Amino acid sequence: MAGSVVQSSRSRDLDKLLLRPGNLIGANFEPGSQLRDDLQQYVKVLVIGAGGLGCELLKDLALSGFRNLEVIDMDRIEVTNLNRQFLFRLEDVGKPKAEVAAKRVMERVSGVNILPHFCRIEDKEIEFYNDFHIIALGLDSIEARSYINSVACSFLEYDSDDNPLEETIKPMVDGGTEGFKGHARVILPGVTPCFECTIWLFPPQVKFPLCTLAETPRTAAHCIEYAHLIKWDEVHSGKSFDPDDSEHMKWVYSEALKRAELFGIPGVTYSLTQGVVKNIIPAIASTNAIISAACALETLKIVSGCSKTLSNYLTYNGAEGLHTKVTEFVKDKDCLVCGPGVLIELDSSITLQKFIDLLEDHPKLLLSKASVTHRGKNLYMQAPPVLEEMTRSNLGVPLFDLMGKVLKDVVHVTGVASKNDKKTSCLRKLRVAFKGVDGVTDMDTASGA
Amino acid sequence: MAEPKVKYDRQLRIWGDQGQAALEKASICLLNCGPTGSETLKNLVLGGIGSITIVDGTKIEEGDLGNNFMVDESSIGQSKAKCVCAFLQELNDAVKAKFIEEYPEALIETRPSFFSQFTLVVATQLVEEWIVKLDKICRNANVILVVARSYGLTGLVRISLKEHTVIESKPDHFLDDLRLNNPWPELRRFAETIDLNAPDPVAHKHTPYVVILVKMAEEWAKSHGGSLPSSREEKKAFKDLLKAKMIAMDEDNYKEAIEASFKVFAPRGISSDLKQIVNDSCAEVDSNSSDFWILVAALKEFIVNEGGGEAPMEGSIPDMTSSTEHYVNLQNIYQAKAEADFKIIEERARNILKKIGRDPNSISKTTVKSFCKNARKLRVCRYRSLEDEFNSPIVPELQKYLTDEDFSVAVGFYLLLRAVDRFAANYNSFPGQFDGGIDEDISRLKTTAVGLLSDLGCNGLTLSEDLINEMCRFGAAELHVVAAFTGGIASQEVIKLITRQFVPMSGTFVFNGIDHKSQLLSL
Ligand SMILES: [Zn+2]
Repeated sequence: MAGSVVQSSRSRDLDKLLLRPGNLIGANFEPGSQLRDDLQQYVKVLVIGAGGLGCELLKDLALSGFRNLEVIDMDRIEVTNLNRQFLFRLEDVGKPKAEVAAKRVMERVSGVNILPHFCRIEDKEIEFYNDFHIIALGLDSIEARSYINSVACSFLEYDSDDNPLEETIKPMVDGGTEGFKGHARVILPGVTPCFECTIWLFPPQVKFPLCTLAETPRTAAHCIEYAHLIKWDEVHSGKSFDPDDSEHMKWVYSEALKRAELFGIPGVTYSLTQGVVKNIIPAIASTNAIISAACALETLKIVSGCSKTLSNYLTYNGAEGLHTKVTEFVKDKDCLVCGPGVLIELDSSITLQKFIDLLEDHPKLLLSKASVTHRGKNLYMQAPPVLEEMTRSNLGVPLFDLMGKVLKDVVHVTGVASKNDKKTSCLRKLRVAFKGVDGVTDMDTASGA
Repeated sequence: MAEPKVKYDRQLRIWGDQGQAALEKASICLLNCGPTGSETLKNLVLGGIGSITIVDGTKIEEGDLGNNFMVDESSIGQSKAKCVCAFLQELNDAVKAKFIEEYPEALIETRPSFFSQFTLVVATQLVEEWIVKLDKICRNANVILVVARSYGLTGLVRISLKEHTVIESKPDHFLDDLRLNNPWPELRRFAETIDLNAPDPVAHKHTPYVVILVKMAEEWAKSHGGSLPSSREEKKAFKDLLKAKMIAMDEDNYKEAIEASFKVFAPRGISSDLKQIVNDSCAEVDSNSSDFWILVAALKEFIVNEGGGEAPMEGSIPDMTSSTEHYVNLQNIYQAKAEADFKIIEERARNILKKIGRDPNSISKTTVKSFCKNARKLRVCRYRSLEDEFNSPIVPELQKYLTDEDFSVAVGFYLLLRAVDRFAANYNSFPGQFDGGIDEDISRLKTTAVGLLSDLGCNGLTLSEDLINEMCRFGAAELHVVAAFTGGIASQEVIKLITRQFVPMSGTFVFNGIDHKSQLLSL
């Protein structure tokens, strides 16, 4: 308003929160200019995804006092992004999202440094993720969330009483939206439920039974899926369907239309065909803005302690009126991902190769193509070929020897897990305990997992 | 320029071409373009709103760079409205963007007629005195008002207009109306053509559950003096009958029938929500009535007469296990009934229009059709004027909120947001706005809050010391993330109001940025 005294600092508003003591605050809050400077200088935040949520997150974090940001996204900009991904313009179509998003935010918010990574999240070494104080997730896939969750949880260490060691907790904030609905959550591995503890919140998509598609189609979607999943393979022997090829999509559309006419089923349109085949989730700017803002605010609070934090899951629904709800979910104490790790008891003579084979049949793991690391050291790596060759000779060596002859320790294993006939990349933490070592009986392993 | 259909694809899947056309016709006025206002408009501009007019009298200062993405270093000292307008235009060249470098308070005071040109006004960061004045102006001009405020870790969003009616409320979960408890002759006749005891197992497992339930309900009624199952025992017996009809374990259609059997037990007639709408005094129409209420009047006549107590049929059925042939036939039967119901309501509506002296064709066929299809989902939202709410809030509600653990922080913030405006009127700045003298501000704010509560008739109730302290700590800061949140909510509500789809929020949304236990307050 006119007449008020001009305060010239750029952090005019943020300073009120960071410099002043408060009454409703986090446990670690130490207000003062030091806190503000530390946020700027030392705190590193990783944003995963530079899409609808990611664009907002980068802007929100850059305007919340963070100056060291990195962003990772494997996608390129498409025209359909432009109704919400506000950092992109028409002339950016085709360019990597992470690079354009980082550039745009740096142009407008001076002092902010954003390092883009145009690649898949699995392409980064696990240690890459350990470099950040907190990870903000702006993803639209369950698989990607699950992967990052397993990575963040892999850094978690437990003390001998199975209590998480605070300095090994890698906090995550996670957002997701669909139309007018969304969620924001805080994950402190070992303290609050991890993504896998509450995986039931994301039920797998229901697929149409093939016999319905083939024999008793009733809806437009049935006709489309028939063309997409059955007819395509019949006609194009060996050529796989590419949803991003508009010729392929048009073919599916016209076949679906033919089938719908044959059975007298209304409603097949090109737009619906795209929607069904690509499983398009409707998305708008406002919901993304709301959810990202909640995530960025939680990031600021977790790092600075300037207020209490969300505990631990916020749902938002703006379709029918406006509903927000906070739910305090509880940890699954037997969680394979954030728990102390699956206990595997081995004979000290077991070779690394034998160990890798065991993982494939382990009922809790079903992990194939495993790469194994111990305390940051690669014991065996499936890829890249150079590393594979370097570590191949370890396969014949007993694991006990490779692990420095300790009786019990943690190893990290990455590989492909199969769950419900689906294969996903994953990272698991295992507690390996050796038996049959001369002269030693280990009481600790008797207690089990 | 990109093909708009492609650019807007992800939102067209939500509100369709009609919703998009409404957005593209709308003109929005924004008062104050700090981060709350800027973020609100950003979300609307991206979605292709028709035109925006930004009103703000301030110049950009250093502090604005820390909370508003739409201003940058090179524009310090320039008009904030101009700078924000230029950035927003960059986001979408299909939007007509204008700015006026003036304080909103001055416009409200000197040119109230200015606001009547807009579809909707978004007022951000205005204090109570001006909000009340603006609300009166907007109500008189039939302009929708959306108020948004960000203040430290709290904020609020409030819609104000006399009445908002929705045909396409698009609820998430809404029970379909298959009329299984009251089938009409064509549906009954169709069911008669199918034999549930047919020996062919393929035909047996492809009989749609609608047919199974219509037939079984009829059979039940015959042996129970014409009535359907109503007691718990009867319902169980009915389900057991269904189970007994199964000839194989994998008959999904019978499983669906058992699951859907409650549709047979459901009471006939319209819901209490719809009853309330058809009995609203607005359904007594005259030449001033809106199209919506004329259609409600026609609907009311239909329910009493041809409908036999029921709303018109919607014309679509959910997917269910069935042979293609049965399913398509069934769909046609429901569609034919819906078409017949629509014809009757249309004629009744045209007659009503004639009676009140309006052109009988002034409501389009498409509108009547959509009205009939959504008749069971109609929504009417009414909002108290801000002056009424501020001067005489519903005290019992207020007291209830203050003593309810889930609401106490939100209502505390609501009252403190009012108290800081009083404070500012008395002391020329917000509590804690400037460094130094915080302790004095805390005790002043406490006194102000006590005075406010007593004016509202809530003597004896107090606000928590912690909240008062926090409010002074906030010092009227407009944090970017809080602004992005409240601005996001405000834009979401604007979209619902303009597309006339979905249901806008009721009451006042109070943001609680401490633990996210935000609440809607009806006061
Ligand atoms: Zn877990």
